[in-house]
Amino acid sequence: MVAPTTPAEIGGIGHSVQRKEDARLIEGQGNFLDDIDLPNTLHMAILRSPLAHARINGIDSEAAMALDGVLAVVTGDLMDQHGLAWMPTLSGDTQAVLATDKVRYQGQEVAAVIATDPYIATDALELIEVDYEELPPITTPQQSLEEGAALIRDEKEGQTDNLAYTWETGDQGATEEAFAQADRVVTLETHYPRSHPAPLETCGIVADVNSVTGQATIYMTSQAPHAHRTLFAMVAGLPEQNIRIVSPDIGGGFGNKVPIYPGYVVATAASLLIGQPVKWVESRTENLISTGFARDYYMKGELAVTDEGRILGLRVDMLSDQGAFYSDAQPTQFRAGLFHVVTGSYDFGAAHINCKGAFTNKAPGGVAYRCSFRITEASYLIERLVQTAAYEVGIDPAEMRLRNFIQPEQFPYETATGFVYDSGDYPTALRTAMDEVGYEDLRREQAEARAEGRLIGIGIAHFTEAVGAGPSRTYDIAGLKMIDSAELRVHPTGKAILKLGVKTQGQGHETTFAQIVAEVLGIPANDIKVEHGDTDHTPYGLGTYASRSTPVGGAATAVVARKLADKSKKIAAHLLEAADEDIELASGVFSVAGSPDRSVTIQDVALAAYTNLPEGMEYGLEDVTYYDPPNLTYPYGSYIVVVEVDPDTGVWQVQRMVALDDCGVRINPMIVEGQICGGLTEGFAMSAMQWITFDEDGNCIGANFMDYLVPTAWETPKFELLATEVPSPHHPIGAKGVGESATVGSPAAFVNAVIDAVAHLGVRNIDMPVLPDRVWAAIDEAS
Amino acid sequence: MEVNITINGSEHASDVEPRTLLVDHIRRTVGLTGTHVGCDTTSCGACTVLMDGTPVKACTVLAAQADGSEVTTVEGLKGADGLHPIQSAFTDDHGLQCGFCTPGMMLVGASLIAENPDPSDDEVRWAISGNLCRCTGYINIVKAIQTAAARVAESSNGS
Ligand code: FES
Ligand code: FES
Repeated sequence: MVAPTTPAEIGGIGHSVQRKEDARLIEGQGNFLDDIDLPNTLHMAILRSPLAHARINGIDSEAAMALDGVLAVVTGDLMDQHGLAWMPTLSGDTQAVLATDKVRYQGQEVAAVIATDPYIATDALELIEVDYEELPPITTPQQSLEEGAALIRDEKEGQTDNLAYTWETGDQGATEEAFAQADRVVTLETHYPRSHPAPLETCGIVADVNSVTGQATIYMTSQAPHAHRTLFAMVAGLPEQNIRIVSPDIGGGFGNKVPIYPGYVVATAASLLIGQPVKWVESRTENLISTGFARDYYMKGELAVTDEGRILGLRVDMLSDQGAFYSDAQPTQFRAGLFHVVTGSYDFGAAHINCKGAFTNKAPGGVAYRCSFRITEASYLIERLVQTAAYEVGIDPAEMRLRNFIQPEQFPYETATGFVYDSGDYPTALRTAMDEVGYEDLRREQAEARAEGRLIGIGIAHFTEAVGAGPSRTYDIAGLKMIDSAELRVHPTGKAILKLGVKTQGQGHETTFAQIVAEVLGIPANDIKVEHGDTDHTPYGLGTYASRSTPVGGAATAVVARKLADKSKKIAAHLLEAADEDIELASGVFSVAGSPDRSVTIQDVALAAYTNLPEGMEYGLEDVTYYDPPNLTYPYGSYIVVVEVDPDTGVWQVQRMVALDDCGVRINPMIVEGQICGGLTEGFAMSAMQWITFDEDGNCIGANFMDYLVPTAWETPKFELLATEVPSPHHPIGAKGVGESATVGSPAAFVNAVIDAVAHLGVRNIDMPVLPDRVWAAIDEAS
Repeated sequence: MEVNITINGSEHASDVEPRTLLVDHIRRTVGLTGTHVGCDTTSCGACTVLMDGTPVKACTVLAAQADGSEVTTVEGLKGADGLHPIQSAFTDDHGLQCGFCTPGMMLVGASLIAENPDPSDDEVRWAISGNLCRCTGYINIVKAIQTAAARVAESSNGS
């Protein structure tokens, strides 16, 4: 690990500075969405479809309207009169705001009640009568694409089947050639099941539209407030200068708070029509059944390998279940996110990927749940496949990886799908993790245990992520380039304010971004206030998801601080009566080269910026940077999991979990490790329990925290963390981003471990979640 | 109906609808918003408060049931001599990220260490197993509760 260059009082890069955001949160003084209480606030509740597929013949809201305290019942027809019954999605589709023609999934928004009290709004929902004519539901993408399947999107012009999109990448010809040369082809078919990010705080909005001034102040649980402002302007036709989005403290996001949901649109329209603030906060059930699901990919992967275990090529065929609307939150040019990284950490020449997405009668979403757009699915597939190939070829799964890794000297490395990895040392990472876990000894113990009838499994995942979208030439969302920004102002007393386009949801930006400035200028991190989330007070940016805050917003912060350092050096030269080029800056002290006793501090310079300037220089110490990254960054890691499986029950327990992460330079090691522990837990959750599923009528099973199991402290394994630090060569401070690595990388490690315990019986796949009954059935079938 | 609840040492007499949940009463009537709501099935513990010293999920208690009792919320943890040890330990050990689960976690932790001055890892994990955290992976929460226990023990040995 690189040692910090600033002293602890300054708290630059590499210091585990305590978090500034904690002070308010530990005293219950956070300001979350539901804590916002404006005068005259009305409350909204949403009526949702109990059916997965039905035609709406009529809605009778008379009795609801008659209830004391109810001001309005909003239906699709009313929204339609304002041109707002449908809205665009982030993947170029349209989505119903309130259903006008049909409901297409259970939980779809049908009507909304606006009342003086949330209890009354909920009471009124029960008084609304909807005349539904049931239609047969389609609950799997396979069913959906069958000849003659009922058309789900019958309102969509030109849509004659249930196909949502097709996507293809790689070189088919070269891949066929690689397969022709292979000694064997290893196949794995697996489903990455539907999951839900389920941040502990659900989504919500307080829309406050002033009908006189036209000013719309919208408090929203938003991971991307600036982008949301522009989308609101485009969709609702409101003048953008009149829209202010305020994203307050957010109780976790994980991708769930990236899209614009129908409830936001209805609440805003209702506030505009009624002229009072309207608040809507989802219940947990609403959150789980209607907002941003993740994953749901049926994947078939094939590896062409030689008898020596060399990978020659990769072929993937996929089918994704999109739900009723194609609303993946992803960059415009990407249909299946950045699935391209399915080539993983391995050096081989040919890959070809084919993907289809299908509409079904399920909730839409496809959000990148703690993941940079489908990276999790890709990483899972290749890491499962490589282990399968190791078994088929007959070599150790670790050795299989070591034989195929991209070598350190090959970076920058262009993959078979055209992504250019920036840096890494994969063999060192895997070997370090193997040493820590005692890999060779474990293999011996495993063999001994097997002889006694006990099942021990060792699972490896060596993942490579692509994060930090992204370069403007390739990445945009709804046409908006995925740049990000930082604005820095140093006050006369040497304290500073940093304003960001990105927005924390618990990642600690108020601390780490101050540390970046502290590193460059030497102003103590605790003297720097970080502001974010309010579009009237921060520069434009695309927001926080896809681990892009540090790669893009962090880069902008370093660059703007360097701009101020340059100006500061000129001021220091003036104060010290020296030449500009002779001034050196270290930890907030400007000194003259060769005579270190002649010096001034950043605080002296800050005061001079407003009081005593060189001839011709503009007053102030302030600037803004919009950063357009030259490339994505590619964090990676080596995870090793040890499990014991009970052969009689299929129950598995994690014995060890060693996680080595390389996310480049670590700004705040304590926060980085916190991110990794959280991410590993969510990875474990997906492998072991989290699962949104449906019965054949399209009823969502997993609609609350009794059915959708997220891990408590009791089930969560303990983690042993390791680090290497290969900087990103193109990032201004060498950082790569880390918020999602562990969720991306760890599911394959857990599943590989369970499979490894029973691989000698011939078991090659158990779909996630790896529930005990599935393990037991796999053992039973194999033996 | 009339309910009289002592919250963080001050009495609050109010007229509430009989169906009012304690959590809504605390948040909306009394205006203390540090107690959160994260679910609708009594599963997450974000709404945890202490009722006569015992942790309860305030989304599953009616305000009427709390009539006459003493309730402590996160806002009441801090004492005259500063932060409660559980609060400083959560910061020192990085036991929170988004902070949404934190009030509930700290109250359960505070009640645990009041009964068990030296809880093991398993004892802490069991105690907080009714509280969900989606951010931290629990490791630092467990650590923070143990740190707070150790600090309380140390200061009572010292006095
Ligand atoms: S809100 Fe009370 S347990 Fe979840
Ligand atoms: S810190 Fe976010 S839920 Fe616990």
